[in-house]
Amino acid sequence: MPKAKVTFQDVGVTVTVPAGTRLIEVSEKVGAGITYGCREGECCTCLTRIVSGHEHLAPPSVLEDQVLKDNLAPRHHRLACQAQVLGGEIVVKPA
Amino acid sequence: MPGLVSPDGALELAPGVHWIGALDPTLRSFDIILKTANGTSYNAYCVRGSAGVAVIDTVKESFGDTFFRRLESVADYGEIRAIVLNHLEPDHSGALPELLRRAPGARLYISSRGQMMLKGLLHGDRLAFTPVQTGDGIDLGDRHLRFLKTPYLHWPDTQCTWLEEEGFLFSGDVFGCHFCDARMFNDAVGDFRFSFEYYYAHIMRPFRAHVLEALELIEPLPLKLIAPAHGPILRDAPGRYVARYRELSASGLKNEAADEKTLLVFYLSAYGNTRAMAEAVATGAEAAGGVRVSLYDIEGGEVSPFVDLIEEADGLVFGSPTINGDAVKPVWDLLSSLTAVNVRGKLGAAFGSYGWSGEAVPMVENRLRGLKLRVPMPGVRARLIPTGAELDECRELGRNLALHLTGRMAATTIDMAALA
Ligand SMILES: Cc1cc2nc3c(=O)[nH]c(=O)nc-3n(C[C@H](O)[C@H](O)[C@H](O)COP(=O)(O)O)c2cc1C
Ligand code: FES
Ligand SMILES: [Fe+2]
Ligand SMILES: [Fe+2]
Repeated sequence: MPKAKVTFQDVGVTVTVPAGTRLIEVSEKVGAGITYGCREGECCTCLTRIVSGHEHLAPPSVLEDQVLKDNLAPRHHRLACQAQVLGGEIVVKPA
Repeated sequence: MPGLVSPDGALELAPGVHWIGALDPTLRSFDIILKTANGTSYNAYCVRGSAGVAVIDTVKESFGDTFFRRLESVADYGEIRAIVLNHLEPDHSGALPELLRRAPGARLYISSRGQMMLKGLLHGDRLAFTPVQTGDGIDLGDRHLRFLKTPYLHWPDTQCTWLEEEGFLFSGDVFGCHFCDARMFNDAVGDFRFSFEYYYAHIMRPFRAHVLEALELIEPLPLKLIAPAHGPILRDAPGRYVARYRELSASGLKNEAADEKTLLVFYLSAYGNTRAMAEAVATGAEAAGGVRVSLYDIEGGEVSPFVDLIEEADGLVFGSPTINGDAVKPVWDLLSSLTAVNVRGKLGAAFGSYGWSGEAVPMVENRLRGLKLRVPMPGVRARLIPTGAELDECRELGRNLALHLTGRMAATTIDMAALA
């Protein structure tokens, strides 16, 4: 299975994950400071800055895109409960 | 000096600008968490411009009749062009569905963050609305309304509405309080200062960072009057209330270690086992340097000053023995009081002595995660009297917390499969 490397900058932990993993599945386990509310892509609590490697995440759904827009999310920000890892190296931190 | 508000009449704030809200003098507790010794008011307002009328906020649903009578005394439903909701909580949106039915020609304006909540309130009843941001406005001809987005004061959707020509700020929950007095204006009502501060402490304080952002938008305004959604209308020296918010959202005593990271170690101990662990955690952190470490026995303090300390700290460690399969109550009392402040993103950890099952540490860790702290280091547990090796683990925990706080933690790489 293709693997990806996700680094949670705020806790200094890098995790090797299988492609298809959502950021939420890993961030909680390593105790990163990304926090969750609805877990369904609506509340924007889990807004996360993609420091590098944003191209290695599956593009946002229509809903995620809308929520990001409504909340005036800056460029290269994603919802950690939605964003799915495709491969390569990705560095993230709480927005 | 104005008289009392009449039972059905509107109260004039300026020609064509009226209070049309409702008084609720018998209410004693609000949203479960707030008390009030004399009720509250749901303040709604009506602004007439040469090109139409705007209604700002409504009231709790059960007070709709009074609100509509007051509204009808100053405007016809056909004249209403705009309905502005500064905040969608039911105490202000309760009469909205009925108002939308009575004024079908009106356009609804809410902050862009309120869209999902509106769906949850109206259930598709009528969802035509304009989402607005700071800087957007409504042209009422000779009068103009402009929006200031003030998220989290009190909900994510909250905003203030500024009436340019008059210098009036319709501020929603901001600068409000639960105080009911038919004399309505701050220079005419009874002493409501404690209510103002109490309201700030419970509603605004958890969002101190957002208060500071909102003040950046509000302080430059040439304010003549603040018209909040609850309590007295602030026409006498409104700037004083803005300044008070500024003071309340700053720290109290100067922090001598302001540029140092701070780590607080809290514990409780019946036989001294958890205390020994706490001392080891503190020693380890201290030895790592660069961090101001403080050690507190929860038994010797009260919740509220501890909450003040925690609000300003960078890292928090909690030690609790396991008693009857749980952490001890004073720990939970403290942890359950942290909703009053913002602890999101602080560094957290737990430790404790136990006899046979040791539930306290994982339970506290879960609570810390629930409070949105970062909990990257697994806690330390010791069976009964901690061994030298267990105390070393505690020192290591303290050291790692200090390294984390000062950005000196070595990066680690792990496989997801290793993360149970
Ligand atoms: C009333 C009582 C109930 C206890 N219940 C538990 C329990 O449910 N599970 C457990 O692991 N230990 C339990 N213990 C054992 C304590 O966790 C253990 O004595 C621990 O070392 C106390 O630490 P401290 O006195 O240094 O704070 C209990 C002890 C007492 C006195
Ligand atoms: S947790 Fe609500 S959007 Fe992700
Ligand atoms: Fe509210
Ligand atoms: Fe309110």
